[in-house]
Amino acid sequence: MKLVSAIIKPFKLDDVREALGELGIQGMTVSDVKGFGRQRGHTEIYRGAEYAVEFVPKVRIEIAVPDSLHDRVIETILQTARTDKIGDGKIFVSELVRVIRIRTGEVDEAAL
Amino acid sequence: MNNTIVSLLALLLIPSAAWAADAPDKGDTAWMLMSTALVLLMAVPGLALFYGGLVRGKNVLSVLMQVFVGFSLLTVLWFAFGYSLAFTSGNAFVGGLDRLFLDGVFDNASGTFALGATFSKSTPMYELVFVAFQATFAGITGCLILGSLVERVRFPAVMLFLCLWFTFAYCPIAHMVWFWAGPDAYTSAEAAQAANASAGLLWQWGALDFAGGTVVHINAGVAGLVGAYVLGKRIGLGRESMAPHNLTMTMIGASLLWFGWFGFNAGSALEAGGVAALAFANTFLATAAAVLAWTFIEQALKGKPSMLGAASGAVAGLVAITPAAGNVGILGAFVIGIVAGLVCFWGVTGLKRLLKADDSLDVFGIHAVGGIAGALLTGVFNAPALGGPGIVTDWVTVTVGYPGVWQQLLIQAKAVGFVIAWTTLVSLAAFGLVRLVTGLRVNEEDEREGLDISTHGERALEA
Repeated sequence: MKLVSAIIKPFKLDDVREALGELGIQGMTVSDVKGFGRQRGHTEIYRGAEYAVEFVPKVRIEIAVPDSLHDRVIETILQTARTDKIGDGKIFVSELVRVIRIRTGEVDEAAL
Repeated sequence: MNNTIVSLLALLLIPSAAWAADAPDKGDTAWMLMSTALVLLMAVPGLALFYGGLVRGKNVLSVLMQVFVGFSLLTVLWFAFGYSLAFTSGNAFVGGLDRLFLDGVFDNASGTFALGATFSKSTPMYELVFVAFQATFAGITGCLILGSLVERVRFPAVMLFLCLWFTFAYCPIAHMVWFWAGPDAYTSAEAAQAANASAGLLWQWGALDFAGGTVVHINAGVAGLVGAYVLGKRIGLGRESMAPHNLTMTMIGASLLWFGWFGFNAGSALEAGGVAALAFANTFLATAAAVLAWTFIEQALKGKPSMLGAASGAVAGLVAITPAAGNVGILGAFVIGIVAGLVCFWGVTGLKRLLKADDSLDVFGIHAVGGIAGALLTGVFNAPALGGPGIVTDWVTVTVGYPGVWQQLLIQAKAVGFVIAWTTLVSLAAFGLVRLVTGLRVNEEDEREGLDISTHGERALEA
């Protein structure tokens, strides 16, 4: 099992969710995050005062996937979240050691 | 029979009709009451919203409170003794105490109201209307200063400072610039000499200030800068973001200021006549021109035209046209508006960096700089050759003249310099005294928490 954590542009969230839903993904966790990468922030000017806004708002989606699906999940995110402009985000994949569904106590792939 | 009665009635009516010529005109009275309410709208909510939107969300209620309660305090002081100090005869610097608590403006036994002067002979106005109209000026002028002090000043310090500054700066300067005996006192050359001698100092100099370039804007703008120096900078200035929390509020506030300013400027004609119309049109045009000028220069130099810039441009134009409103022609308003937009943009950017003070909401950069530009240009564009109406040089015959551009500019510059010096000294003394009595700043923890919670125990926005 893998944990796929993707940082994407906020307005791409609906497209990504829909495409992953078609793959049969049963759930995901979404959070509003801020950060920076190669895309620089922007400058706000209020009369004489200039503020550099260094952290850009993004959305992070986290999905736990069985090994069989994980290549297609990444492919789907790549296709739907991409605008070809700087700031499209990143995907982090890590090994998932255990998964437990709290209501039933099911574990691992049965709990996904 | 009927004809006889009509004739008798006509005979009876003649003397009262002749007497009625010296009663206030109902149209003028209605206009002045309306103007008074318009200036109130400028302060609450106009100025409060304009300033309130510009601070961080944790301090918005403290700004609204300072303006709301400060305005109320100054109104009470005005009725108690301020009006008497400003608008009764005393010496060239300050008035007397004849009208303490408005003593004598209304005789309840006979039901008669005291009359005051306008700018036309045999055209009185109810003194109570003038008292109320001018109360709003005193109120908003003190509140303008608060923009320099926000986000760190103690609430009691604001209130005590306003009392002191009002008494020793606002009232004397209003007297010096605006107090005169009125046109009906000028009946002969000798009477004119006596009337001139009883007027305020700057009036005697011949300084032109239609609605308050010196009295209101330079006076408040300089006091604000002094306050910013004395208080020191907000904690975290230059390191943390102090971006405005709600520019929509600021835009609404600026728009209400524009709307209310028609009462401020056109109302300062004291009559609903041609001069009021001129002041109204000039106020309209100069403001629009200043919005365009500020937006243009911001686009040219910063690359993006901002809402805050457009709103600031409007206020800059309104400030600069204030001393000029009824004193210049349409050409003057157009030029003053454009100049105001450009110099006040410099006032809040280049000049602000030079001054190194945390004049938080740019009271100096907009009100003092715009007020100075307007006061000086009033002297220039008053010239009939530049489309201005000129100055009444002889009130006995109501003869209009103009002393010449350089002469009038020099008088205006003297008046500006005098007001800057006076308000600087009074502000320094007043802030010094307030520091001793109440302390000026909230403590660091309260400042970081925000004044809404730490001073007022409430918050505007649920976190």
